[in-house]
Amino acid sequence: MYYFDHCASTPPHGDVIRTMAEIMAKHYANPSSLHRSGQEARNLLERSRSVIAGLFAGTEANDWLFTSGGTESNNIAIVGAARSLARNGKHIVTTAIEHPSVYDTCRQLEQEGWTVTYLRADETGVVSADAVEAALTDQTSLVSVMHVNNEVGSVQPIADIGQRLKSRGNIVFHVDGVQSVGKLPIDLVGSRVDLFSATAHKVGGPRGAGLLYIHPRLQLAQVYRGGGQERGLRPGTENVPAIVAAAKAFRLAIESQPARAERMYALRQRLIACLDGIPELMLNGSRDTGIGGKAAPNIVHFSYPGMKPEVIVHMLEQHEILTSTKSACSSKSDEPSRVLLEMGLPRERASSGVRVSFGDEHGDAEIEWLCSTLEMVVQKLKPLERRED
Amino acid sequence: MNPDMILIRFGEFTVKGKNRDRFDQRIMAKVKRAVSDFPRAEITRAYGRIYITLNGEPYEAMAVKLKSVFGIASFSPIRRTVNELEAIRSAALDVMRALPKQPDTFKVSVRRVDKGFPHDSQEMNHLVGGHVLRELPGLKVNVREPEVELKVEIQPEGTYVFSSVVQGAGGYPHGTNGKALLMLSGGIDSPVAGYLAMRQGLEIEAVHYHSYPFTSEQAKEKVIELVRILSQFTGSSIKLHLVSFTDIQTAIAQCDHNSLIITLMRRSMLRIAEQLAGQREALGIVTGDSLGQVASQTLSSMNVIGRTTELPLLRPLITMDKNEIIRIARQIGTFETSILPYEDCCTLFVPKNPTTNPNLGIVEKAEESISNLDEMILQAVATVETLTIRPDIRTAVETAGQDDWF
Repeated sequence: MYYFDHCASTPPHGDVIRTMAEIMAKHYANPSSLHRSGQEARNLLERSRSVIAGLFAGTEANDWLFTSGGTESNNIAIVGAARSLARNGKHIVTTAIEHPSVYDTCRQLEQEGWTVTYLRADETGVVSADAVEAALTDQTSLVSVMHVNNEVGSVQPIADIGQRLKSRGNIVFHVDGVQSVGKLPIDLVGSRVDLFSATAHKVGGPRGAGLLYIHPRLQLAQVYRGGGQERGLRPGTENVPAIVAAAKAFRLAIESQPARAERMYALRQRLIACLDGIPELMLNGSRDTGIGGKAAPNIVHFSYPGMKPEVIVHMLEQHEILTSTKSACSSKSDEPSRVLLEMGLPRERASSGVRVSFGDEHGDAEIEWLCSTLEMVVQKLKPLERRED
Repeated sequence: MNPDMILIRFGEFTVKGKNRDRFDQRIMAKVKRAVSDFPRAEITRAYGRIYITLNGEPYEAMAVKLKSVFGIASFSPIRRTVNELEAIRSAALDVMRALPKQPDTFKVSVRRVDKGFPHDSQEMNHLVGGHVLRELPGLKVNVREPEVELKVEIQPEGTYVFSSVVQGAGGYPHGTNGKALLMLSGGIDSPVAGYLAMRQGLEIEAVHYHSYPFTSEQAKEKVIELVRILSQFTGSSIKLHLVSFTDIQTAIAQCDHNSLIITLMRRSMLRIAEQLAGQREALGIVTGDSLGQVASQTLSSMNVIGRTTELPLLRPLITMDKNEIIRIARQIGTFETSILPYEDCCTLFVPKNPTTNPNLGIVEKAEESISNLDEMILQAVATVETLTIRPDIRTAVETAGQDDWF
């Protein structure tokens, strides 16, 4: 099987599975319990927090919250910040290409009297820092921009945006880093990031464990009510096995990030060259390959205008190749992709996208196989194209 | 400007002769340790001063280390140059240009120690100041209240130019003023008292009273962590004496003098501390008492409690306001640990109405009514558990689980 759907979820690392199983067996006590076993579980949790802080320069253990994943981190960050910042002004600047956990959360805030500016991306899928700066008003209290787009893999200029927010007083800056951790270098302090979301299952960790970095100057409002765990911001008994396993997965992913990026960019370049040889397929997003470019190393997104993307996904699957349409989270709906439309792509191209995302187990041979299979699939599908005139 | 050197000044140690040498050796050792991570740095001594030649090592990182060394009054990043007018002028300009914020006013203060130098101090003030004024338009001289004082010292071996003076931790080099025991409860105050005692040159050993199982294991972990934080200020390990106070506390709690419980407890604690001090050759007991803060810290209570020991009771926080204490606790990094919600034996069995004005006679009678108090005190001293807490000791959190899980 060729699993080219790493952006949806990653195969868990063997050591991570082992860690999680051992802790499930040994440390089942509730970290809030007073007895020794509870304290041991608590210490595991806090050690995990220190490990995480050690991976992100300039952050302290206490700045990190454990959540159930990216969606929850984004919700706590945006709703929690919005509620505590309302008095500074009820305007949010975000992008039109955010993941639904940010986009729909902002839509919800509009119902509650907030004004939200959704910035469009250019044809490479990038929102410019100029556009963010131009959208700021004296009512803006929150800016939320993803680091890497989950559909086309475009990289947003978060360091540049952060620098520009520096001079604008205390606007809070949230970055959804779910797709960038382990793929790109991340400098939270240098990018003046106040809130940062990540999730373990995108880096070889278990599902059900996410991170939210909260700059110490911030006081988020509570979104949930409960037993006061995680500073009251994410109450509920802590998922100790998943959290420790997540800390390990993040460590492995971040320590090997530079080597991974280099390898993946080479694969990406190879796959783009292959797509260039298939006239029916159109690459979406940027052609860049390299750190500092506009594209993440591990994602290639293309359209086959006139063809339902699920047909391509199913055909590839017959050859043991697993891919996604749009993002896996929303691949069930039959609509054109919001992200592609907001990049200014025509409807036909926006509703025929396929996402290929690779990981550590892939090399040149796998890309070659994908490429030759794609060529064959397109040949088979060609007679069935439906052009909208 | 990355400075060439750092000039370190001591406070006015009012000691002479042999003691002075001891102080100098101590501070030298501490400075050496502070810059041990910077292999290229060279340390040289002069009377009442230390110079560090950076040789390319980063000034900012070194400054952070130096700020916590007890006995350093202040230090300055300096430019060193040769004893020639033009070289001195250009160094002066460099120092002025490197200021984080350009001032409106300044003055030049030249000290000419090298009498062979052709221009005297007065002349040099004009020669250097005039040059800076020409090059930095908008700057004015103000000799009374300058924003920046540009100092130039012409020594035989070379000229030092500097402007900023960074405040150090102050106090005395660690251990130069003897040894005392610190009563460490785990609250906010006692670690701050310990820090201030250490800053004033005291070597400390901490004593902590626990009433297991009325107090928890976490309370012990918390105190270990506090001692570890304190030990980082000197880089030397600190001994922590854990005293089992359960029997004494239980006996006191049962003796029908509810309002006196705290008074009686504190008296017994002091007796134990006094015996430990004797064993450890400590000449004083440091406490976190702050006047009037709680019932046992009224003047009247302190009078009755303090009479149990002949040793000097040192109370660095005695006239400090609570907010001041919290500010220091935050600054030294003990606050977050101190506020962890684990009962220590001072918060346990607290009566509803502890007396603020105990009567010595009644207190002594109450103690007589506890049949075997003296034996229990001897027993507590005999069964003390002593740990050596090193600055780099790994905490319970750091050692949790198996290393290969992380």
